[in-house]
Amino acid sequence: MNASPTIPTTKVAAIEQSPGYWSGVFKRFLRDRVAMVAAAVVLLLVLLALFGAYVTPADPYQSSMLKRLKPIGTEGFLLGTDELGRDMMSRLMVGARLSLFMGITPVLFAFMIGSVIGIIAGYTGGWLNTAIMRTVDVFYAFPSVLLAIALSGALGAGIGNTLISLTLVFIPPICRVAESVTAQVRSRDYVEAARASGANAFAIIRTHVLGNVLGPIFVYATSLIAVSMILASGLSFLGLGVKPPEPEWGLMLNTLRTAIYTQPWIAALPGLMIFITSISFNMLSDGLRSAMDVKQ
Amino acid sequence: MLLFILRRFLYAIPIMFGVALVCFSLVHLAPGDPLVSVLPPDASADLQKQLRTLYGFDRSLPEQFFSWILRAVTGDLGTSIASSRSVTEEVFRAVKNTLILATFATLIGFFFGSLFGFVAGYFRDTFVDKIASFISVMGVSVPHYWLGMVLVIIFAAQLNWLPATGAGPGGSADWAWDWAHMRHLVLPAITMSVIPMGIISRTVRALVADTLAQEFIIGLRAKGLTDVGVFRHVVKNVAPTALAVMGLQLGYLLGGSILIETVFSWPGTGFLLNSAIFQRDLPLLQGTILVLAIFFVLLNVLVDILQSTLDPRITRQ
Repeated sequence: MNASPTIPTTKVAAIEQSPGYWSGVFKRFLRDRVAMVAAAVVLLLVLLALFGAYVTPADPYQSSMLKRLKPIGTEGFLLGTDELGRDMMSRLMVGARLSLFMGITPVLFAFMIGSVIGIIAGYTGGWLNTAIMRTVDVFYAFPSVLLAIALSGALGAGIGNTLISLTLVFIPPICRVAESVTAQVRSRDYVEAARASGANAFAIIRTHVLGNVLGPIFVYATSLIAVSMILASGLSFLGLGVKPPEPEWGLMLNTLRTAIYTQPWIAALPGLMIFITSISFNMLSDGLRSAMDVKQ
Repeated sequence: MLLFILRRFLYAIPIMFGVALVCFSLVHLAPGDPLVSVLPPDASADLQKQLRTLYGFDRSLPEQFFSWILRAVTGDLGTSIASSRSVTEEVFRAVKNTLILATFATLIGFFFGSLFGFVAGYFRDTFVDKIASFISVMGVSVPHYWLGMVLVIIFAAQLNWLPATGAGPGGSADWAWDWAHMRHLVLPAITMSVIPMGIISRTVRALVADTLAQEFIIGLRAKGLTDVGVFRHVVKNVAPTALAVMGLQLGYLLGGSILIETVFSWPGTGFLLNSAIFQRDLPLLQGTILVLAIFFVLLNVLVDILQSTLDPRITRQ
């Protein structure tokens, strides 16, 4: 009996490629049930915005004096008719296009412009930073609703003017976030090392800074979409945004205000759509924030 | 401390100057002749020139800006084109009404926001937290002008409990502290309170959770302090930031009241802004925005000072 001691065979486990940052984010996001529901609703709304106009039960512009303010559930008008006898269901479906467009576009523009300005300010520092950030401070001194209404009021109604004023409203906050995360990344050792190795500012920003700052800025920007939706529809509600007869939820809410004593629940429908959209975007943004582990 | 306050105010001066510049530029951003709303379409060239000189639109832009700002500092914001009354008078009458509305809304929002925030923070990741957090997400997501409409539908149109519009019986714009006027305040104040409610609740929840996770809480519990005692410590740690958020929210509501005031025909600054925009009354528009923005800047300074007084950990650099 020779008790041969079993030699532990040390097998070198094949180094598996560690799952990357994004796959972790994706996994965490999939596990977040609230965020998944919100994502599904947002997807549905986006599909409605893209294709809703082709599948409406009736012509959203066709008005009829005889069929004004029919109640919900009327034969042929599932959600009733508005104050000009147009089919509510069709108008709500087509309205998704303009409402989502007016809500998302300003944030997208502001994300692009604000990030560039903020990253430049945060990376260069010095007098350029001071000049940019003090200007941003001035715009920060206006409550966002006031600034949006002041700009739209001065520029006048219309889709283009609303987009311009809302973009201007969202640039300063995005710029501030971009500046602060960039300034943090800038002081990291690897940026110092890259600079010591002689890389120019543009190359450093492209390879070392962008990848680290775009995530947090993006998450912040998504949290602004809900605000932007509410503001854009609010401007239309005041008569400063989309002009009639275009179907847009805020404008529909405005024109239906006269009907709150006759058909109150029809009058409330467009607002419900805005509410559903903004709450979904907010929850989606919250889910994204926790999946990407971004601190406020 | 006095030095800190002084410095904080000095920092605000260039911001206020910038704010004034933005307000002034707004008018010149506006397309069309600023006098278009008062001039009859067949006005003679002579009359046009006369009015232009009267309102100062004939001078160079920097000249107009500095004379406007110099007069603004002395409290003269010019004359409303539409009503030919003093802009300062009109704005401050409206500010009073908006301030009443915004203060009540902030107080309601602060009460419920803190309540939900504390409950959610204390019972973190439980069912109660989920419900409280969901209510606060709803608060920040709801289009408040729509909520106002829904409340009018339920409590004014259907149940007929409360008035739908105005700030007093018979559409009077003058506020009084009696039930006849207070009834008019209920719906707009509740509508307005959902925004600060949502934001304060989210802030308080995060602060409470952070505070509870700190070591001194374990220390306090270990020495046998009761739950009520621990709670007092948590409140002390949460209060300065929560109060600061509340102060800023008051500023946001003052500036952002236009949508709610339009829904409820509340005779405040938002209502004034609305009519200034649609009558293209530029001096009134300029003046109202300037007053609201300056108010917001000063409120920020005040909140900063109060916060650093309440919370000695904030360094006064």
